[in-house]
Amino acid sequence: MDLLRLTGIRFAWPEGPPVLDGLDFTLAEGDRLGILGPNGAGKSTMFLLAMGLVRPQAGQIWALGRERIEEADFLEVRAGIGFCFQDADDQLFAPTVLEDVAFGPLNLGKGHHQARHIAERTLERLGLAGFEQRVTWHLSGGEKRLVSLATVLAMEPKVLLLDEPTTGLDEATQARLEEILLNSELAWAVISHDRGFLERTCTRLLRLAGGRLEAL
Amino acid sequence: MHLETLAHGHSLPHRLDPRAKLAAAIGLTLATALGRGLPVELAALGMGIAGVLWARLPWRELVKRLAPVNGFAAMMWLMLPWRLGGAGPLGLGLDPLGLTLATDITVKANAIVLMLLALIATSPMNHIFHALAHWRVPDKLVHLFIFFYRYLHVLHREYHRLSLAMKARAFAPRTDLHTYRSYAWLLGMLLVRSYDRAQRVYQAMLCRGFTGTYWLLEHFHWGRRDNLFLAGAGLAFLALAALGLMGS
Repeated sequence: MDLLRLTGIRFAWPEGPPVLDGLDFTLAEGDRLGILGPNGAGKSTMFLLAMGLVRPQAGQIWALGRERIEEADFLEVRAGIGFCFQDADDQLFAPTVLEDVAFGPLNLGKGHHQARHIAERTLERLGLAGFEQRVTWHLSGGEKRLVSLATVLAMEPKVLLLDEPTTGLDEATQARLEEILLNSELAWAVISHDRGFLERTCTRLLRLAGGRLEAL
Repeated sequence: MHLETLAHGHSLPHRLDPRAKLAAAIGLTLATALGRGLPVELAALGMGIAGVLWARLPWRELVKRLAPVNGFAAMMWLMLPWRLGGAGPLGLGLDPLGLTLATDITVKANAIVLMLLALIATSPMNHIFHALAHWRVPDKLVHLFIFFYRYLHVLHREYHRLSLAMKARAFAPRTDLHTYRSYAWLLGMLLVRSYDRAQRVYQAMLCRGFTGTYWLLEHFHWGRRDNLFLAGAGLAFLALAALGLMGS
């Protein structure tokens, strides 16, 4: 089953030339896609479109079994597709790690106890037990990255969209990230410039250039 | 940047429920600010000193935080207590009313800052935000506080990075147009970046299903010592109010 399908997408930022032009992208269950491409090719934009954070000028977005057009359609998408931002400082806004990780589950309607439990379990799974009361803005870069992954995983998504998850990580933290990903059952699409990382974590590589995707 | 240097300690004021401390701080500072006459001011100053001693705050930090207040007070002393036509040098004389005013400002400002240091600075900022949220202060206001504080750190780091990048290209501040222009660019860049960041933070929150509710997970434990403390603070408030009313 296709979890996410973009067809014939055209998108331009205000007062700019089209970044994406006739883009087709499909992510099916079990897919693990690596996305390469030059800077400014529109890789992050593609993820923003899939999450409904920006709207295309043309084309269709199908996600989790339905076409998605309006803001209301995307609320459900955001519960099922986890998007990790390029800069962890954009993602972590709550005072403590526990609150940040519990934020998503609470928004999904979980009770306080349950949300706390999910948050604690997720942190433990990522080897971050003991981080609950840490203040988010005092974490190191690698810790921030792992915590922001935890905030997304706590929502128990079916799909992960990761935007350059390895940037700024040391080898050990990167190895831990790979291990966490490969131990999960999720489907994902990962944007990265690190070809080695993509080859280890993904089953198929795609290249975004000239507004379209091509298989590598 | 670390703004919470005083927040971590083991004294009793550090361990009190932040809601109790916030209530006491609001009451006592209001009574101090509005009370008239030297007795209430000295009593408030005494309470402030007692508070910081009780919280066992390091004196070095206290001096650092009191310095700007007293710098401001010193300006008042330069301006307020003088009047023309006296017997002193330059034909200046002491003005009793101005003298009282300068004393009022100095003693009150020090008293209030000491009280706030003892009561508010001894809690991490996020506890204060939570206390406000528990008090049902409007959500929007609490969000504003939290985001302001959260992204202050990020902006400060960005400012630091940008100014390092400027220095790395041999920038040294002088008093010329180039310097002013560079600083203006730096500030403009910070503004633009923070706007962009606000947008991305909001998008990240939407991705996690945000619909306008800020959830509280932490709950404080109101104990017997908080009752005792609040009773004591209440008495202190009444004493200040009574002294203040007598002076007016």
